[in-house]
Amino acid sequence: MQKEEQHVHDGMVPEDILQRWETRGVSRRDFMKFCSVMTATLALPVTMMGKIAEAIEGDNRPPVLWMEFLGCTGDTEAFLRANQPTATEIILDYLSIDYHETLMAAAGHQAEEAKRQTMEKYKGKYIAIVEGSIPTAEGGIHCTVGGNSALNIVREVCGDAAVTIAVGSCASFGGIPAAAPNPTGAISVSKAVPGATVMNLPGCPLNATNLTAAIVHFLTFGRLPATDSLGRPKFAYGKRIHDNCERRAHFDAGQYAEGFGDAGHRQGWCLYKLGCKGPETFHNCPTVRYNEGTSWPVQAGHGCIGCSEPQFWDTMTPFYERLPNVPGFGVEATADKIGLGIAAATAVAFGAHGVASALRKDDNSDADPVEKEG
Amino acid sequence: MLQIRYVWEWPVRLTHWFNVISIIALAVTGIYIGNPIISVPETGSFVMGWMRVVHFGFAYLFSVSVIVRLLWMFFGNEYASWRAFMPWLTKEGWSHIVGTFCYYTFLRRKVPYVVGHNALAAMAYSFVFLLFAVQVISGFSLYGQYDPNGLWASVTAPFLSLFSNQVLRLTHHMITWLLIGFAIHHVYSAWLMDVKEKNGTLSSIFGGYKFIDPKDL
Repeated sequence: MQKEEQHVHDGMVPEDILQRWETRGVSRRDFMKFCSVMTATLALPVTMMGKIAEAIEGDNRPPVLWMEFLGCTGDTEAFLRANQPTATEIILDYLSIDYHETLMAAAGHQAEEAKRQTMEKYKGKYIAIVEGSIPTAEGGIHCTVGGNSALNIVREVCGDAAVTIAVGSCASFGGIPAAAPNPTGAISVSKAVPGATVMNLPGCPLNATNLTAAIVHFLTFGRLPATDSLGRPKFAYGKRIHDNCERRAHFDAGQYAEGFGDAGHRQGWCLYKLGCKGPETFHNCPTVRYNEGTSWPVQAGHGCIGCSEPQFWDTMTPFYERLPNVPGFGVEATADKIGLGIAAATAVAFGAHGVASALRKDDNSDADPVEKEG
Repeated sequence: MLQIRYVWEWPVRLTHWFNVISIIALAVTGIYIGNPIISVPETGSFVMGWMRVVHFGFAYLFSVSVIVRLLWMFFGNEYASWRAFMPWLTKEGWSHIVGTFCYYTFLRRKVPYVVGHNALAAMAYSFVFLLFAVQVISGFSLYGQYDPNGLWASVTAPFLSLFSNQVLRLTHHMITWLLIGFAIHHVYSAWLMDVKEKNGTLSSIFGGYKFIDPKDL
C-alpha cells in the first residue's frame, strides 16, 4: 500500500487500476494516453497523472444531466465523435449520464421522470451540462421541453446542480441564436441562472478534450478549474490563438496569403489578410486541435472566425476582412477607403482655402509696418 | 512698437515635437499593421515584427508625451493653461470663436488677433486631445491582449467588455485617419496665420517667441 501511494505520487498509474480498465476493454496504453492527455491539457505537472487515474476510478459516479435548448447538437456531436475515442468512452463509461435527449433510450414522460429522480436523489451533487442558449422573449415560448419553458428548466436544474458547465458558444454567450436582432431574446446560461456556478466552454463546437479535461479536474480536485472574467477555464482560454499559432513565424516575417489558393496560401503563409481572427480569439485550438488532434481551421488553410468569443457573429464579421464594416456607409466601404477620403477631402478643402486666402490682400494684421525690400 | 514675447514654454514645444514624431511613426507603422502591403520573400525576415516593436515603442512615448502636456495645462503659463483650450467658457472667448470662424469662411476681413492659440484652434485641440485619449485607450486595450493576466489587460478590461475587440480596432483605425486629416489642416492653418498675422507663428513652435504689436490686441 505504501509503495502504491509512492507510485501515485510519482505520476505512475497503479497496476490494479490499469488491470481493471483492461477488463473493461480499455487497453493500458489507451488509458495511459488518456491520463497523459488530460494532465497536459489541464497544464498539470506529470506527477498528477496517478492522482487523475485514481480520481476517475473512485465509486462516486456523479450523475450528469445534459440539456439542450437553442443549439444545433454540434457540441453533442463533437463530444461523441471527436477526440481519441477512448477518452470520451472512458468519461461516458465513468459518468452516469441520466438525461441526454440525443443519447438516452427513454423518451417522453419516462425521460422526464428519470431527470426528476436524479434531481431529487442527487440534489446539489449532480453536474448540469447545458448546450444551446435560452430564449426569454414572450415568456420563453420559443423553446419548450415537455411543456415547460427552457428558462424554467434551466433554472430548476442548474439551481440544484453542484456545478453547471455551459458547452459551446450558444450556452456560454448566447451564440448564433442571440446574434442581432435576436428575435427570441436568447441569453446565455450564466445570465439565465445568475446564482449558479457556471463554467463556460465556448467554441463552435466546443473542443471535447476541454470538456473531458474540465470534468476530470472536477473529479480529481472536487472543484472546477480556475476561470477568467468571462467564466472560461484558463487552461483552455488563457492564450490567444495568434500567440500559439503554427503560422505565427510567417506573421512576424510579413508573409501573408493574399487569396485562397495563391502562392503564399499554398506555402502555408499567415492568413491575417484573409480576415483571420486569431489575434482576437482566446482558445487552445492550435495546441489541442480537433478530431483526434488531426487538425484545426488555421492548419487546414482557413482563418479563425473567432467562434469562441462573446457575440462572435456580430463582432467578428465580416469573416474574410480584418476590420468590421463602417456603420452608415455602403457594405463595400472599408475603414481605409473612408479614411483616405477624409484625408484627401481635407487636403483639397484646405488647398482651395489656401488659394483663396493667398489672393486676399486686405486681411493682413500688420500690413502697414511691413517694409518692402528693393 | 513690436514686442518679443515668450509664449510657448519648453515643455509645450518638447511635447509638441514628440507628438509629431510619434504620430508620424505610429501612423506609418499602424497603417502597415492594418494592411501589410510590403512583399517579403524571405521567411527569415522580421518585417511585421519590427513594425510592431516600433509601433509599441512610439505608443509609450506618445502616451507619456500626451500625459506630460495634460499635466502642464495646470502648471504652465496662460497660453498653455487648460483655460486656453476651453474658450467657450468666457464671453471674450466666444467672440473670438465667432470672429475666427467668420475669418475662415471669408465673412470677416481680419482675424481676431491673439497671442496664444486662436479660439477656434484651441477648440479643435480640445477635440484632438479627446481623440488622443481614445487612441491611447483603444491601443493599449488591443496591445494588452497578448497577456490576459498582465497589467494592461486588467487595466483595459472594462473597455474590451464594453466595446468588443473589433469595435476598438475599427475606432483605432478611423481615428488615425482623422488625425492625418487634422495634421493636414494644422500645418495649413499654421502657414496661413504665419502669412496673415506676421507674428512668427511657425517659428514660435521651434523657439517659443512671438512678435506682438500690442496695438493689434
